[in-house]
Amino acid sequence: MTPWAQYVVGGLAAGSLYALVALGIVLLYRSSRVLNFAHGEMATLATFVAFTLIGRAVPFGVAVAVGLAVSALVGAAFYFVVIRPAKEGTLLGKIVMTLGLALLLGGAVQVVWGTETQIFPFPLSDTRVYRLGAVVVSEIHLGTIGAGLALMTALFVLVHHTGVGLAMRAVAQNPAAAQALGIPARRIYALTWGLASALGGAAGVLLAPVVYLDPFMMLDPFLKGFAAAVMGGMDSLPGAVVGGLLLGVGEVLFAGYVSFKFKTTLAFALIVLVLLVRPEGLLGHEYRRRV
Amino acid sequence: MVAGVLAVLGAAPLVLPRVGMGYLVFIAVLAASNVIVAVGLNLLVGSTGLVSLGHAGFVAIGAYASSLLAGRLGLPWYLAWLAAAAICAGWGFLVGVPALRLTGPYLAVATLGFGIAVYQVLTNWTDLSGGRMGLAVVPLSLGLAGLTHTQQLYYVSVAVAAVLTWMAYNLTRSHVGRAWAAVRDSDIAAEVTGVNLTWYKTLAFAVSAAYAGVAGAIVAQAMRHLEPQAFTFLESITYFAMIVIGGLGTVTGAIIGALVLTLLPHVLSDLRQWLPVVYGSMIILMMAVEPAGLYGRWLRVKWYCKAWPL
Repeated sequence: MTPWAQYVVGGLAAGSLYALVALGIVLLYRSSRVLNFAHGEMATLATFVAFTLIGRAVPFGVAVAVGLAVSALVGAAFYFVVIRPAKEGTLLGKIVMTLGLALLLGGAVQVVWGTETQIFPFPLSDTRVYRLGAVVVSEIHLGTIGAGLALMTALFVLVHHTGVGLAMRAVAQNPAAAQALGIPARRIYALTWGLASALGGAAGVLLAPVVYLDPFMMLDPFLKGFAAAVMGGMDSLPGAVVGGLLLGVGEVLFAGYVSFKFKTTLAFALIVLVLLVRPEGLLGHEYRRRV
Repeated sequence: MVAGVLAVLGAAPLVLPRVGMGYLVFIAVLAASNVIVAVGLNLLVGSTGLVSLGHAGFVAIGAYASSLLAGRLGLPWYLAWLAAAAICAGWGFLVGVPALRLTGPYLAVATLGFGIAVYQVLTNWTDLSGGRMGLAVVPLSLGLAGLTHTQQLYYVSVAVAAVLTWMAYNLTRSHVGRAWAAVRDSDIAAEVTGVNLTWYKTLAFAVSAAYAGVAGAIVAQAMRHLEPQAFTFLESITYFAMIVIGGLGTVTGAIIGALVLTLLPHVLSDLRQWLPVVYGSMIILMMAVEPAGLYGRWLRVKWYCKAWPL
């Protein structure tokens, strides 16, 4: 048989999750240069809210939508309440604040929902499989890849073919000039925060059936998403997708042929390697600095 | 004043167990190790402006290196500690090399990756670390028969913390410290004026890692039984929180932050599950209200009082 093709399919499923996480990180980074360390925790929050609602017999779609809305609101609120009025607006300061938010949200999820792992009811099963030639694909892998592609396309259309997307790109390029032209830059920033958090939430919901639900479930995927974003280039949305898929496939192949135990270590070895050779990432542009 | 502080520090481990507060001696050991890590980390983050979110990795290397050297090779503990510091400095140098090309968020992710990678390698390389089963640590001894292990460790760790802090104070005031500050404020401008960026950036990483390594050796002695779980990402964040809350860029700030965050879990032991929430809120509040940290706030109050009627 062809185990490598099988590995690639599994890798694509994992990779599309990494790509979703990376997209949220990149979306925020390219508009405000803030690296959001709370991205994973926002996703965890969204997933837990959806989980609670499903437990109360709310339909799956509605529950997930509410979960994503909650994380989007938290993101936008964090921008308005903390980031914007911050006394010292240095980049390091903002990054440290998102670290604080990560601790805060992670701790709150632990207090509210406890630390036991729970099973997230998901409408797709991982035991029902489809055969494509010699390759076996489970329903959940198909669903993950499909949902990932749909979200990526939607984001692409939003950023490149709508007025809001144009405003987002304008604010990312030059906030002062955009504001002078009448673009409500602060609202656009808040929207970007909300959108990025909701994307993370979507990744969390898609991930929950695979890893089970616990307060730390997003730590590992979040770090991989980071790795993917850095690999692809922090200011490039297509880069995030490419980085995510490459990382997913690379990891599964590495686990299959070399060593299963050290597969997570690979992600970080890859980042360091990519950064050494091409600090702006595979598809990134910006790495010029002025004094 | 100095003599008074010395007398209190010296008498504490002898007096405290008699009044039923012996656990404070143990907490003091942990505080000493945290002070060492925070002071070292602040030399890197606060003085040189290079972010590290993987310092738990260096602490872990120090802990395992010192324990393995003492346990398997039979080195005396002080040699093992020195060797652990040297090994950590070597690793710090290695991590510092990519840091030459990385700034801001990229460096944060790379160091974070280093911390996680160390944890994973320790978990999986079972021959070295005993894996999840753990590694027993040979207790150190000063050869003082009347003292328990914790008391002896207390004297050693407090003395080491004091010496390393003193070194950090001097380092920040020497030409090295000034070169670091120049790199922090603008590395390109610093290079133009003749500061060797390669040397000073990697040196900052190496020194900071060596501090973390010594602290790791103390942590190993305090726990007596090493497990990789003690050196997770959360530890790295806690170290980072110490210097942010205490005050970035000042040695005193790092000490205050380390002491506050060591004592806080014990003061709030009933609210243990709320700790991350408290840390997180403190970090956000501190960055939003007083980016110079507790020490910065204290300085401001002091200056205000000095110039009061004005």
